Amino acid sequence: MNKTINQKAWFFVIPVFVLVAFNAIIPLMTVVNYAFQETFGNNVFMWEGTRWFKQIMLSERFHASLGRQFLFTFIILFIQIPLGIAIALTMPKQGVGVPVCLVLMSMPLLIPWNVVGAMWNIFALPDIGFLGHSLNALGFDYNFTQQIGDAWFTTILMDVWHWTSLVVLLSYAGLQSIQPAYYQAAEIDGASRWAVFTKIELPKMKKVLTIAILLRFMDSFMIYTEPFVLTGGGPGNATAFLSIDLVKMALGQFDLGPAAAMSLIYFFIVLLVCWVFYTLMMRNEGNQ
Amino acid sequence: MNSFILMRMKGWYLMAKITLKDLSHSYLKTQSSDADWAVRDVNIEWDDGGAYALLGPSGCGKTTLLNIISGLINPTKGDILFDDKMVSNLNPVERNIAQIFQFPVIYDTMTVYDNLAFPLKNRKIEEDKIKAKVHEIAEMLELSSTLNNRASGLTADGKQKISLGRGLVRSDVNAIMFDEPLTVIDPHLKWILRSKLKELHQKINRTMIYVTHDQTEALTFADQVVVMHEGQIVQTGTPVDLFEKPKHTFVGYFIGSPGMNLLPCEFKGGDVILNGKKIETHKKVKSNNFSKREIGVRPEFINFSSEGIPVKVLSVSNTGRHKIVDTQSQNGKIKIIAKASENIPSGSTFLSFKKEYTYAYGDDWIIE
Repeated sequence: MNKTINQKAWFFVIPVFVLVAFNAIIPLMTVVNYAFQETFGNNVFMWEGTRWFKQIMLSERFHASLGRQFLFTFIILFIQIPLGIAIALTMPKQGVGVPVCLVLMSMPLLIPWNVVGAMWNIFALPDIGFLGHSLNALGFDYNFTQQIGDAWFTTILMDVWHWTSLVVLLSYAGLQSIQPAYYQAAEIDGASRWAVFTKIELPKMKKVLTIAILLRFMDSFMIYTEPFVLTGGGPGNATAFLSIDLVKMALGQFDLGPAAAMSLIYFFIVLLVCWVFYTLMMRNEGNQ
Repeated sequence: MNSFILMRMKGWYLMAKITLKDLSHSYLKTQSSDADWAVRDVNIEWDDGGAYALLGPSGCGKTTLLNIISGLINPTKGDILFDDKMVSNLNPVERNIAQIFQFPVIYDTMTVYDNLAFPLKNRKIEEDKIKAKVHEIAEMLELSSTLNNRASGLTADGKQKISLGRGLVRSDVNAIMFDEPLTVIDPHLKWILRSKLKELHQKINRTMIYVTHDQTEALTFADQVVVMHEGQIVQTGTPVDLFEKPKHTFVGYFIGSPGMNLLPCEFKGGDVILNGKKIETHKKVKSNNFSKREIGVRPEFINFSSEGIPVKVLSVSNTGRHKIVDTQSQNGKIKIIAKASENIPSGSTFLSFKKEYTYAYGDDWIIE
């Protein structure tokens, strides 16, 4: 087939190019600018080369918040993905139950981040909050503002409450798209319920689950507002995840150079993990 | 586990006759008219080892009937018997049925071998027996070279062969059911797979029930064809029966290409009167108590003659093997199949019907 050569089509790309440039690339270049220089204001810059990057990479504070970040993300993925699949499996497949369940499931997703944080803050207060007060009344020594374990427990519980629905909705969509013939064939083949789950449902959900894990990884890895409102990163630095630590450095201490370097490292970690994960999940899809 | 299953496992029952008794099924909770039933008043007896086809247009209830036999659907009314044992309340595993679906169902993450072995593994059969059986079936279906490949990488017909294979690996099944299995297969492969199925039937001698809307598939595959129309069985018979003596007008025009000519007529004193003229049919008409009266004759059984039914020739199309002639009579259009070598008169002429293949139909059913 002969293609007509007409380069004018490139003009159609201009709007999206401009949008992405102003939206992402130009702001990012400002960060890059700060990451390699030192400034004392008045638009005076001094070249520092890779000094800030070395400083961040070697800083114990960065290692600690990065460690906390990975631990947090790993825990919430470990809870939310299986829990989301389990809930999706128990949801009704037809009838009036379907819209009821879908609306109920969407509710937490519609609440703004800072409201979620504020809600859980009040809910978990040891003296007047329903959760905090009940736990103490049951004999647990619970105080999320002072005890590290309690702070983590509350933050994780909040995130599970807020975001498991997303996994549920995606898994449910994946399950609904499986043709009845697969279940019928499995019934004829004498497959157990567990075999139906591992041999039919999970493989058919693979794509939506990949999306779910990617979304939950990125969102939880960049989490800021909810823990900021709930614990403010405390007690001490116990729940100071990467983004909270970054804001402290940039706006609290006004260390713009190191903060810019940290943002770039942060960005590349997210990019790298997503890329590796996606490539691994999709490596066998080519022959389908 | 009931005694029937136990006996089967001990190998006492290896063959089964399938009987459907007064079977009706509706997907609705309450039924007010005939149209609310997906399948109604079905009575069938199928002998062991036969090849049967369920033929009918989309939505006539044939898939529903198949799923009732395999146990995927519980019928609203009626009984299913294998030999003389009631199986109405047994699930597909207990009924020991194999079924192949319209679209290839494969287990994506497994290899071709594991797909074929899956029904046997679920039944806890010994590893070396599984291996022998899977290789035997793979050989039959020409899948041997792909046994270690991932099943998801195969073409549509390769996948459907796996589906077929999973139905065939179990050697003790009561029946193998096919639900339009060749829908997704390329036309030139359809032929190959169809003759493969026929060959398999002769080789393994299991009852096979084949659902299709394609008359060629049904007539070439089956010894006995069951024609369904709006949830009812309208005729059961050999392909020749269906062609030579359609018991229902639906069978007349659904089977054959082109289908049977059906013309509105009168019944008077036991005779069929078409446009004031008496037409000889294979039998006298005893009753006249119908709201719809028709005369039916296949295009193959009409000749041009010097007297008879006056018609005007409209058009002639040559298919190579024969000519199809469209004519207009006073009671409607009549199609005729003539030899390719025959001279077709033009303009006005007369037709005569072969008496023994001309039938009277009252309210769509044959009058005998």
